[in-house]
Amino acid sequence: MAETVLKVSGVSKRFGGFTALSDVNLEIARGERFGLIGPNGSGKTTLINCVSGILRNDSGSILFEGEEVSRLAAYRRTRKGIARSFQVPRPFHAMTVLENLLVPTAYVLHLKDAEGEAQAMEILRGMGLADKARAHARELSQVELRKLELARAMAARPRLLISDEAMAGLSGSEVDEVLRILFDLNEKGITIIMIEHIMQAVMRFSQRVVCLDAGKIICEGTPGEIVKNPEVQRAYLGA
Amino acid sequence: MKFWIGAGVAVLAAGAAAAFVPYEYFFFAGYTVLMFMALATAWNILGGYAGYVNFGTPAFFGLGAYTAAVVYKAAAAPLLVQMLIAALMSGLLGLVAGLLTLRLRGIFFAIATIALTVIMQTVFIAWRYAGGATGLQLLRPPPLAPFDSYIKMLFVLMALLVVVSVALARYIERSWIGRGLRAIRDSEEAAEASGVPTLRLKVIACSVSGALMGAVGAPMPMYLSYIEPESTFNLNYAIGALASPMIGGTAHWAGPVIGAFLLSTLQQVITVTISSEMNVLVVGVLLVVFVVAAPEGILGLLKRWLRPSSK
Repeated sequence: MAETVLKVSGVSKRFGGFTALSDVNLEIARGERFGLIGPNGSGKTTLINCVSGILRNDSGSILFEGEEVSRLAAYRRTRKGIARSFQVPRPFHAMTVLENLLVPTAYVLHLKDAEGEAQAMEILRGMGLADKARAHARELSQVELRKLELARAMAARPRLLISDEAMAGLSGSEVDEVLRILFDLNEKGITIIMIEHIMQAVMRFSQRVVCLDAGKIICEGTPGEIVKNPEVQRAYLGA
Repeated sequence: MKFWIGAGVAVLAAGAAAAFVPYEYFFFAGYTVLMFMALATAWNILGGYAGYVNFGTPAFFGLGAYTAAVVYKAAAAPLLVQMLIAALMSGLLGLVAGLLTLRLRGIFFAIATIALTVIMQTVFIAWRYAGGATGLQLLRPPPLAPFDSYIKMLFVLMALLVVVSVALARYIERSWIGRGLRAIRDSEEAAEASGVPTLRLKVIACSVSGALMGAVGAPMPMYLSYIEPESTFNLNYAIGALASPMIGGTAHWAGPVIGAFLLSTLQQVITVTISSEMNVLVVGVLLVVFVVAAPEGILGLLKRWLRPSSK
């Protein structure tokens, strides 16, 4: 097995009396396409919030490239190479698409605007957003907003990209478009964690899938194994 | 370059006014207008760029005013020294209050800043040396060389302070700090995820904003020859500092300047011609109208008017 990029061990998170995550263990290899599934409220977003630093886990450790990151502020984790997109797109409304990408190029890569713009334009071209570079984020369509989320995450030049439901609510052809983008990024060597409700998309994309239910990992395997797993069927369909 | 020429012209105009306008009242009223221009500019650094609505303007302004008065009483320090120490104290207040309160979001931060004003007022009511609740009478020294009256000198000083505030706000707006603050305003989580150290930037903005407010407050005891807690920590400073950028536009440094100029001038005119109660009502009505009908302020209206095609 290749080098481990992300190692999550024994991670738990409680909100008051509610246990959102209990003793979660994961190991993700460099260059892997990893799928994270589970019914609503199963803790998928909580888990990646703990990994990206929006939330702090109560116990357990999170190692990124061998280094403990679970006590670092979110922005420090981004600077170390973990980037994410948000489930509900959170563009910087008052900025143009291009300026949105200049935030990470300035704050993560410490580039001057001229160099930052060159890099940002290259990313936008790769995502088919180049013609919208000067448009304001509020003028974008749903699918364009999802692409902007991914583009902004990529502008930080991460080694691990977490895509939080980048395809929810998109049409079939739009899902294909976003999938193609993620495959392209993976080919360039970026490790990708995909959280997704659209089963067909996760199953096509992932080499390995983990299913969360009520804050616990209930099974792990190839997409083929996961769909046949009785526990997964129970979690999704109810017993 | 154009900016600095404009700034130079503005200061020269203030100087020329001091030399040629004979009415003392012009400077008395003009000082207030300039003061609100500087206050609004300072407020906008945190409130406009970062979107953190600060009701604590009187706390920073009042601490500056009291610092100046106490320094003057204790050591007869010259006005510029008073201003520098006042800026330092209020900047420090911004740093400490920022570290404590800027983890709070939205309405909770706004409430904390109101509490800050109440705390500062209580402190100075209790402090005997600073005059306590009854206040402190101060004797003005004679004005410095080229000026024939103290008010004229303060007027030109305040014009300079407006230029300094605007230059600082403009620098922040255009630097990497400004981009980070705008990102925070739109989405704090996304800003963090894009590598922006949100807490640090907010604390920087709060300290700079507070320091400027303190400097703006410093000449106040000399302007009135008097200082007392009730009027020094008055909520009207908070409302004026907040309403002007809302009316002018918060996205650009010119917004608070235009907003404060129009609003304060209008208030001065109404105070003289109608009544001083009426001017508070006008601020309220204008604020509501702009928040509802033109949330991007006068600058937003101008932009839409100049580019009718885009939505």
